Amino acid sequence: MNAIEVHDLSKSYGKVRALSGISLEVENGEIFGLIGPDGAGKTTLFRILTTLLLADEGSASVNGLDVKKDYAAIRRQIGYMPGRFSLYQDLSVEENLEFFATVFGTTVEENYDVIKDIYSQIEPFKERRAGALSGGMKQKLALSCALVHKPSVLFLDEPTTGVDAVSRKDFWNMLARIKASGVTVFVSTPYMDEASLCDRVALIMHGKIIDSGTPAGIVAKYPYTLLSAKGTPMYPLLKYLRGKEGVINCFSFGAEHHLAIDSSVTDARKILSDMTEAGFKDCDVHRISPGIEDCFMNLAGENVRK
Amino acid sequence: MENAIEIHNLTKKFGDFTAVDNISFTVRKGEIFGFLGANGAGKTTAMRILCGLSIPTSGGGTVAGYDIVREPEKIKRHIGYMSQKFSLYPDLKVWENIRLFGGIYGLSDKEIASRTRDILSGLGMEDVRNSFVDSLPLGWKQKLSFSIAMIHNPRIVFLDEPTGGVDPETRRRFWELIYEATSGGVTVFVTTHYMDEAEYCDSVSIMVDGRIEALDSPAALKEKYGAENMDAVFRMLAGRAKRGE
Repeated sequence: MNAIEVHDLSKSYGKVRALSGISLEVENGEIFGLIGPDGAGKTTLFRILTTLLLADEGSASVNGLDVKKDYAAIRRQIGYMPGRFSLYQDLSVEENLEFFATVFGTTVEENYDVIKDIYSQIEPFKERRAGALSGGMKQKLALSCALVHKPSVLFLDEPTTGVDAVSRKDFWNMLARIKASGVTVFVSTPYMDEASLCDRVALIMHGKIIDSGTPAGIVAKYPYTLLSAKGTPMYPLLKYLRGKEGVINCFSFGAEHHLAIDSSVTDARKILSDMTEAGFKDCDVHRISPGIEDCFMNLAGENVRK
Repeated sequence: MENAIEIHNLTKKFGDFTAVDNISFTVRKGEIFGFLGANGAGKTTAMRILCGLSIPTSGGGTVAGYDIVREPEKIKRHIGYMSQKFSLYPDLKVWENIRLFGGIYGLSDKEIASRTRDILSGLGMEDVRNSFVDSLPLGWKQKLSFSIAMIHNPRIVFLDEPTGGVDPETRRRFWELIYEATSGGVTVFVTTHYMDEAEYCDSVSIMVDGRIEALDSPAALKEKYGAENMDAVFRMLAGRAKRGE
């Protein structure tokens, strides 16, 4: 039995189609990432799976339980950390944790081993009001509260949005330890670079899953030859490369540009010599393997063209 | 040549807490300046002072030629500001948003009419002038919001995490818009959590615990710290932070 199963799920808000015909499966014990920009439908899917919202069409189950019929049972078995800060600001750290434990009919003592790893980092501040905590500490408390009843599936809706690169890394290290304890983790993020930290991912855009699988599997399906190009000045180079024959698309990626080419028309050597001839300085062009972000942009583009 | 921003020994304290600790830096006219730091490093506090919304405890400087201590009102009128979190009124139509901000910045009706035409044709948004902003795709909202931040032709524009949460292509298209703006001489002061975007800046500063730990071009920073990319530079510096958020 899979931890989560979603079949042909659709949901509209008035005229806005938030999800259209989504299907996916999350296996027991894996970290599954739902990756896509704001407005793609991520939170809607989370709310349906956590039984807070009903779908218009299709079906979904968590631990084999139907999200509509068996909502009460599901709620006891899952942990949910919504995107917005979900704690009681006027309660202390300890009071928040006790509150969530009580709601689920358990105690902090009983499940202390589940949260110990994360909670011990904020325990020295247990008398502080949740509202007075720093962002990183709030996140640790919210995660402790979502885990205190020993859920088998943990839902994390954009836990790293707006979080700096260093804290994001810390958070993913915590997720790896949660996974190691046997919990299935379903996590959403707008950061493409976090895909490589998941066992499997689904890429979502405009309410549709545009691809899913292991990060390596998605990368292997990339249909074009991808080149990295550098040259001074960079922005005029971007415009120059877009106008070249055989260049399917070209975008900046940090200190370099990535260009997808039709290898029957052009190649790295030709582009490099053309760039040099056109007067760009310090030129370099070489073939690279695509990352998830390259794949996402290509798939999202195809989806729009369809 | 006059700099767009000149800051000397800027400090801001809240009680015992020193949010911004004696920072000094300059931003050259026409450059893209990336203002990075971990959550809680003091970026927001510093940015509020630069935008004329807060007065420093000590130190001083100028933004767009105006004194940050004595002329914060003038600064507010002469800078542009855009944030992903808030910029446009969703329940107003596209033209109404332009009208509103034009009015706030004291443009005449005639100027507003001509700026409205320029903005809509520049963005290819003539067809949606009567649409509610709420109904626009995120990428369009973002471009409109940037153009509105520039409605009064400011010499410097502050962009506070302008690309948070948008899809990868839209994020890149937005940076192309920034490049276009700077080629016209506008200075851009930008914060971001995407480290690839730090590479697009002419200069990058990294704040750690209220102080500026590093400030240079991305190429020079990568060389200095022996790092492959800005993400590695950032982790090296921000990872040393002592204080929480």
